[in-house]
Amino acid sequence: MPTPHYAVSLEEQIDQWRSYLRRRQAIHSVDIAELEDHLRGQVAGLVDAGLATDEAFLVAVKRMGNLDALSREFAREHSDRLWKQLVVSPSDPGAPQVVARTDAIVAFCLAVVAAVFVKVPALFGIPMNDPHAGFYVRNASYFVLPLLTGYFAWKRQLDAGTLRWLAAAFVAGGIFANVYPFAKDSHVEFGSTEALSALHLPMALWFAVGIAYAGARWRQVAGRMDFIRFSGELFIYYVLIGFDLLLALILGLLLYSISARDPRQPPGTFDVVQVVLVISALLADAVALWAIAARISEFGFTPNRVAALGENVILLVNLVWSAVLYIRFLCGRGSFSNLERWQTDYLSVYVAWAAIVVILFPPLFRYL
Amino acid sequence: MEINKDLIAASSTPLVLAMLAEEDSYGYAILQRVQELSGGRMEWTDGMLYPVLHRLERLGHVEARWEVAESGRRRKYYRITSQGRTRLAEEREQWKAVNSTLQGIWLALSIPGPANHAASAAPLPQEA
Repeated sequence: MPTPHYAVSLEEQIDQWRSYLRRRQAIHSVDIAELEDHLRGQVAGLVDAGLATDEAFLVAVKRMGNLDALSREFAREHSDRLWKQLVVSPSDPGAPQVVARTDAIVAFCLAVVAAVFVKVPALFGIPMNDPHAGFYVRNASYFVLPLLTGYFAWKRQLDAGTLRWLAAAFVAGGIFANVYPFAKDSHVEFGSTEALSALHLPMALWFAVGIAYAGARWRQVAGRMDFIRFSGELFIYYVLIGFDLLLALILGLLLYSISARDPRQPPGTFDVVQVVLVISALLADAVALWAIAARISEFGFTPNRVAALGENVILLVNLVWSAVLYIRFLCGRGSFSNLERWQTDYLSVYVAWAAIVVILFPPLFRYL
Repeated sequence: MEINKDLIAASSTPLVLAMLAEEDSYGYAILQRVQELSGGRMEWTDGMLYPVLHRLERLGHVEARWEVAESGRRRKYYRITSQGRTRLAEEREQWKAVNSTLQGIWLALSIPGPANHAASAAPLPQEA
């Protein structure tokens, strides 16, 4: 550095440049460190070539390229980073761990409250059994959605006005669902309008969750788009659970941790845990498969058994190959992207199987 | 002369892999080397090199490690893997094919008259 004066201002300029980069979600702090090393190298090279320090800084920044284009390029390469932004909202970068812990505590408390909510009606003489099924179906949304909304409201620090509107929406929905004198049909469990109301209330209330989720941005396209992505994630999650509860959950965990994992990280303890998880799921699936096969050989084919058989075979194949790829990765004989590739390619198998069940099963089993 | 973006992007993988096949290196040095080899004709936007490096890293073609450079700062070095060498060999074959095809056509063009637009348009009148 030629003079101390320049040295100080260069450091200040680099600090400022760094803070601009930090606002880009797709560029992580390790990347910023890497880019900063580059910037400094460039500045030093230009100063050697005879430029003044501040000139050199400006040229180096210019050569680095437009920040929007750069962060777009990073986002394309590291799309996993943006994915995580949808679940874990951007928070104060100063204390991410503390934030994550408070988040976890709040989420856990809300889950407990939801469990309590389910039991509350029983305390007021509406136990969870046949004559009251209608009540529970109509109000199912109220066991979870207000708490989810509350969580996001807290997370986005919604103002009192928005909160009042959200509360009003929930109260209004509750009144309509419970005050109307729905007809009791003796043949069918529920009357049509009652069933329709029970089905559509969660949809309507889901938008209240959406407003809370998007926070101040719910009027903007980007905010709404984020909410749609969030709904999509959740929907896929539920489909998976319906698919084959425990195993799909394990597979979901595996998929989630794969998608959230930095593929360039070397194998660690967590990966060993994952492999153990995959192998135990594999064993559980083998047991389930054996049980289904035994039932089929004993009692013959039914649509349900064949569907379950197919689903379990599909899961088994996925798990076996996942385990192989994971172990290869642990032994350093393959990259993590092979596993990612396998999981993403395999999605089409689920789709194909679901289509087979929907399209071929009914005629195959004579519309049983 | 400016080389168009698509060509720059397409050639970035073999260039980076080839440079790392020479020796382990880091971003700034790789760019310097590109400048040097191309006589300044290949203008890369500096920052764009890094997503390329990260992609190669994700695909397992290169490995990265942090080291403390002589300046006392941390610097990220990249090393080519055996998989990366295989990829480089494939890229090399492909570029050779592209290159020899182009060479062939450049040669053919030069027979009727080099850099003559009228001559190059001459063999195609049957389409008119």
